[in-house]
Order: sequence, then structure tokens, then C-alpha cells
Amino acid sequence: MSEALTAKTITMAGHRGDDVEAYLAVPDDEAGSRGSVVVIHHMPGYDSSTKEIVRKFAANGYAALMPNLYYRDAPGANPDDAAATARAKGGVPDERLVGDVAGAADHLRAHPGSNGKVGVIGYCSGGRQSFLAACRLQLDAAVDCYGAFIVNAPPEGMPLKAGPIIDLAKDLSCPLLGLFGADDKFPTTEETAELSKALDEAGKEHEFHTYEGAGHAFFSVNRVAYRPEAANDGWQKIWDFYGRYLAS
Amino acid sequence: MCTYNTEKIDVVGSGKGANGWFGLSQATVYFDHPVHAMAEHTLNIDFLNPAQGPSARVAVELSAESARALAAAIEAALASVPAALVS
Repeated sequence: MSEALTAKTITMAGHRGDDVEAYLAVPDDEAGSRGSVVVIHHMPGYDSSTKEIVRKFAANGYAALMPNLYYRDAPGANPDDAAATARAKGGVPDERLVGDVAGAADHLRAHPGSNGKVGVIGYCSGGRQSFLAACRLQLDAAVDCYGAFIVNAPPEGMPLKAGPIIDLAKDLSCPLLGLFGADDKFPTTEETAELSKALDEAGKEHEFHTYEGAGHAFFSVNRVAYRPEAANDGWQKIWDFYGRYLAS
Repeated sequence: MCTYNTEKIDVVGSGKGANGWFGLSQATVYFDHPVHAMAEHTLNIDFLNPAQGPSARVAVELSAESARALAAAIEAALASVPAALVS
């Protein structure tokens, strides 16, 4: 694999056909057809570190597209300013998120070289959103990186629009890979165990890995939460998982 | 964690952002992940003017200890001047 790629900012059709800014990265290697990944950014937003993740997928043979979930709240703003604005509004409404991921998945399926298979991955708040999208949309593989508030509601007083969605487990449309930190409080290991149990009961294929010595955001290379051992193993799990479900 | 807990107050004053000075109308205070500070969580303050858009923002990210010291320093500074000036 050459790891050569092309990355650019595009406008895609999101929820209700809205124009949404998005970051697209595609391998330059034209050999064969390829799987695709919708990347859901973390709560700090559509930032350079998450764009780096989008490029990483392209370097590893996948077309990847990340919609700017805060675009409507703050078009053209710096990612940190946009995240502050979205935060003050309580985050992204679930319906809008599902519509934006659906738009991104459609865009990827129509992209030249697509094999028609689309996965989703999300980090932090995006972890919950990845599970949500995989329950509401027909996808081929989903990865939840430390998403909270799937099982339990946010603590009282938290003005977050996101409520628990464990009852959607029966609707999961594809295999789910969960990557969590044992030291994380949101979600706790008790919550991820409860989610795993609900998926078992619903007969839904999933594999969860919880890393000792890691907490929330252990994939974030530019933050003190970064745990290279967990992140490196996590990336290997992602390549194995997507290799099984998204490759031609 | 992503706390989302936010204290929001109306303010009167001005702040200097990336595009120069602007009038402030609001401040939000929250303890959550920082964008830049090297800590898992910080006390973050955004001084804002939402009417002028998301970029009308002056942001700080402080350790909890620094934030408490700042709060005390603000009270001390206000207490040190004649009451008539700050009423």
C-alpha cells in the first residue's frame, strides 16, 4: 500500500438535504474497490487532530468522510469557537446527527471506487453517536470509542440533549467494536458491560475491549489523556475489524 | 469526561479577541476538557458576544487551582477600592 492519498474540504448533503461542510480523504491507489468510513468527530469539534484521523483511514485504504457537525451552529468559525457555540447549545441533536451520517454514507457509497460498504467510527460524544447511527441506519461496521450516555443518562443538571439509547440495541444494523478505558468515568466499565449484555440479549455481534491504565480520549495524540499502548492496540483492532467487514 | 455543565452569566464590558476589541454580552464558565492546556480537565471561561458570531470569543483554560486564585484575586481587587467606585 502506497499510503498516497488526496484530502480536501467538500460540501455534502446532510440532514434534510442541508449543505454541510465535510472533510474527505481518499486513497490515490485506484486498484480494486474499497470500503468507506464515516468519521464522527469528538466534542471539541471538527479539528485538525480529527482530520488527521480521516487521513489515516485513507492511508490505510479506506475512503473517509467527516461531516462538520457544528457547521450549522458556526459556519466558517474556528473549530474551537464552533465547539464552544455548539456546547452552549447542549450539543448536536440526535436527529440531525443521524441525518448527517446518512448523508455522509450516501456520499461515500456514490464515490468512485466504493465497494458499497460503509462503516462508522466516533470518538467521545461521537462514540455514542456512532452507536446511534448504526442503530438507525443500515451500515456495515461500527466503532464506538469511549462514548458515554448510551446506558445511563447524563448527570442531573447537565444541559446535554443526549439521553440514554440502550433500548436501540435491538436495532443495531451491523457488528460493533467498542474501545474503552478502564479509568473512564463516562462511560464506566459497568455501563459498557451493561451495553454488552443488552447486545448479547438482542443477538447482536459485538466485541468490546477495555484498556487498563487508560481513561477517556486515549486516542488523542495531542492531549495528556493519550495512552500510546492502548491507542496502538486500539488501531490494530480497528484495522482487523474493518478488514473483516468493509473490505471487498 | 465531557461534562457540559455550564454556568452562563450576562456581562457588561469589552474583550480583545483574534479580530481586536469587541463588546461582551455573556460569559460561560465550565470545567471540562481543554483545547490547548496540558491537563485532562480545566476551568474554562469564554467571554462572548453571540450577536457577533462564534468568533467573538475570548477564551481561557485554567487549572482548578489557578481558577480559584483568580476568583479570589478578582474579589480582592474589587474590595481594595472605594465602594463608591464599584457600586
